[in-house]
Amino acid sequence: MTSPLLSLSGVSRHFGALKAVDDVSLDVPAGARHALIGPNGAGKSTLFKLITGSMPVTAGTLTLAGQDLTGRSEPQRARRGISQTLQHSSLFLSQTVEDNVLLAAQRRHGSRHSLLPRRQAAARDRVGGLLVDVGLEDRAGTPVASLSHGERRQLEVAVALACEPQLLLLDEPAAGMSPAESGRLVRLLRSLPASVTLVIVEHDLDVVFALADAVTVLHLGRVLLTGTPDEVRASPAVQEAYLGTGRENLFLDGPSSTAGTPGTSVRTEVV
Amino acid sequence: MSDVAIVPAAESAPPPASPGRPPGRGPRRVVPAVLALLILLVLAAVPLFVDPFGTSTLSRVLVFALFAVSLDLLVGVTGLPSLGHAAYFGVGAYTAGLISLHVTSEGVVPVLAAAGAGAVAAATTGWLAVRSSGVFFLMLTLAIGELVFQLAQSLSSVTGGSNGLFGIPAVRVGGAALTLPGYVYWFVLVVAVLGFGMMWLISRSPFGAVLRGIRDNEPRMRSLGYSPFRYKLAAFVLAGGFAGLAGGLFAAQVRLVTPSEAGTAASSLVLLAVILGGAGTLWGPVLGAAVVVWVRDALGPNLDGHGPLVLGLVFVIAVYVLPRGFAGLAGLRARRTGPTGPTGGTA
Amino acid sequence: MAGWFDANLVSILNGFAIGSLLFILAVGLSIVFGMMDVLNLAHGALYLVGSYLAVTFAAGEPSWGGFLTALGIAALAGLIAGGALSGMTEPLARRPILDQALLTLGVSLVVAEVLSIIYGNDVFSISPPPGLDGSVAVAGNAYPTYRLALIGVGLVLAVIVFVVVERTSVGALVRASVADRDMVSAMGIDNRKVKVAVLAIGSMLATVAGVLGGPVYGARPGLDDTILILALVVVVIGGLGSVKGALIGALVIGQVESLGRALLPDLASFILFGTLALVLVLRPRGLFGPRKLAGT
Repeated sequence: MTSPLLSLSGVSRHFGALKAVDDVSLDVPAGARHALIGPNGAGKSTLFKLITGSMPVTAGTLTLAGQDLTGRSEPQRARRGISQTLQHSSLFLSQTVEDNVLLAAQRRHGSRHSLLPRRQAAARDRVGGLLVDVGLEDRAGTPVASLSHGERRQLEVAVALACEPQLLLLDEPAAGMSPAESGRLVRLLRSLPASVTLVIVEHDLDVVFALADAVTVLHLGRVLLTGTPDEVRASPAVQEAYLGTGRENLFLDGPSSTAGTPGTSVRTEVV
Repeated sequence: MSDVAIVPAAESAPPPASPGRPPGRGPRRVVPAVLALLILLVLAAVPLFVDPFGTSTLSRVLVFALFAVSLDLLVGVTGLPSLGHAAYFGVGAYTAGLISLHVTSEGVVPVLAAAGAGAVAAATTGWLAVRSSGVFFLMLTLAIGELVFQLAQSLSSVTGGSNGLFGIPAVRVGGAALTLPGYVYWFVLVVAVLGFGMMWLISRSPFGAVLRGIRDNEPRMRSLGYSPFRYKLAAFVLAGGFAGLAGGLFAAQVRLVTPSEAGTAASSLVLLAVILGGAGTLWGPVLGAAVVVWVRDALGPNLDGHGPLVLGLVFVIAVYVLPRGFAGLAGLRARRTGPTGPTGGTA
Repeated sequence: MAGWFDANLVSILNGFAIGSLLFILAVGLSIVFGMMDVLNLAHGALYLVGSYLAVTFAAGEPSWGGFLTALGIAALAGLIAGGALSGMTEPLARRPILDQALLTLGVSLVVAEVLSIIYGNDVFSISPPPGLDGSVAVAGNAYPTYRLALIGVGLVLAVIVFVVVERTSVGALVRASVADRDMVSAMGIDNRKVKVAVLAIGSMLATVAGVLGGPVYGARPGLDDTILILALVVVVIGGLGSVKGALIGALVIGQVESLGRALLPDLASFILFGTLALVLVLRPRGLFGPRKLAGT
């Protein structure tokens, strides 16, 4: 048994009396495709921020490949191989698609301190390859401000991958995507090498069950259950957690039948 | 500054091509290069055709333009609106003046020392300013500018107090003193063009791309593994260095340095030049500087010395009608060519 | 210790007088920014307008009539100027807050220049009204009566502002606006009317401070920048939008300005900057600043 890539131990985040994330312990082995799900207010987004370092933990420790990162800042964690896409697109709006990805790629390719213009051939090749992967190769020179919502999500993924992460955190990457776009995203994420470990927060259960080999259910800031997708679907405890939201049949029916209830309301409730 | 991130690119003015793209590719590169060369030739020929007063006014424009472009590196490229940038101009001017008086007035020595002093002053004060953002940054830089102004006034044994530092000897090149305005102009032109060139290269470099990234979306840069503080401080120091360089040229050209060179009014004027010209474009502030100097030095005497009143009114009007400066006007036409790295949320 | 205190009593009292003046200035600046996100860089110019009004109306033989006239006209001018500023910044309300700051910077350049056209570049001194123009003995030192009175006025104003902000419904509105502006407009309160009122009162405090500060600082070109920066330093140290912060900041900076200059005249500017730096390193949002930075 190799040691996990990402290991959370007793991680908590309190806002006054509110325990948004409460004593979460979680091991994500290298190469895993790990999904985080849970009802609204379960603490998924907070946990996400605690892992990326944009928010400090109240208690607990966090290690990446055996290194303690608890006290490290967000940029330091990013340089150690944690990359992320955010729930709301966070891009460089006045710049082109290519420049956006290049900003991420040039940090890896060593020329970021240069005060003189550089060709950055290696970084540009990588950018070109990533744009092909996410399907934006025809949009390289387009300003981000004129991209569609779905295209921006795709670009987010390209930017995150350009950091060459060990651990890629995706916060609702398929939000607002068309079925075709999210299908493409799933194929892209599936094709990622095992050297990239995925942790994904997603409300589109099609995407979750198509990708994940392990699922953690959060409820009220605590881990309710971690298991395979099948175990999670079958778990009475998980159904219990969702009962309050009136979606008790959600997991019983399997992913494809979520279309039975109005899709949008399911999505907002499950998130 | 989250404000910056929501500026639609369509409203921003596109430079001729994407920054960071290797230079020397495609016809879109050739036209600006030819244009720049032509402008350079015309500028070099000025002393041959223009009277000494006009020539020295143009020298002032060049000095002020270099100063304004150095501020644009902060305001437009990095998104840090400084209201105390004259502090580093003043430090440079005093340094060059003192070195000319007490050590040597041989060409590059005072000017380079001025640039170094500006950078050092920016490093010692910038670490504090750069920790903050938005209006806090504005207030802190304002306070820094006032600090330098008061120092210049109170350290009268060194700076000459409110009378200023006078009797600065003419700048020398290869031992010969440059007393004619035409020669001084050429000296200023060479140094200023080198300064412009360096800042242009910096803004097109990977480092410049990082600065624009910080301007557009600082939190995202952090999550990409960049430490914004270091880059902002580096930008602040570079901008301070180039402002110091401009101050050094000022001392060589005017040969009198007073505390007001470092004061709030001077900082406001140079910010006006940047806003008026269009922040983030580097060439816009050059035009803005020309307008400011022209109103103050050429138009001012005809207005009973109340040029600042006109400039204040121009400032007020510019904020309303030219949110992207002159460069914004050009951008209206050139919008379709693919905007890249223009104005911050400042103008 | 007692000897040191005696020797520097005059400086300490001066510090309180300056602090009192700075509080009047800074509380307006701070509330306008805290509530309305308008950084009013014309605040110093408004102060100078007050000082020059004192030059005009309190000139010649010192009289209460002249002084009070100056105060009244300054207050009126401040209210009008604040209303005008509010109107001028309204078209920029949807633009970055920096644009509004730049607008007020332009306004301050214009106002300062107009003042120098009217009053020239001379340095004016302003005499206090009769009865306050002498000096009283304070622990064996002669001390100008006017400055003691200024300390008193500052204290009274501080109490009034505190009572208004902490105890009245208007004050509750002020505090709510500082904390969460959207909530206040969601409650159906017209944000624009609030803005006019807040800017008018803030500007009035600046012009009134100009008259009150006249007998201490006089009136001269460039005073507007000096005053603006002192007020800004007070606001930054105290924290934007905090009345308590403005008071503590004003008292600290008053002592730094007075005692610092008396004890270490060459380093006074460094001490001012050093105080600012120290506070910001320890408390980046100021001593009593909001948890979240408004508007940046």
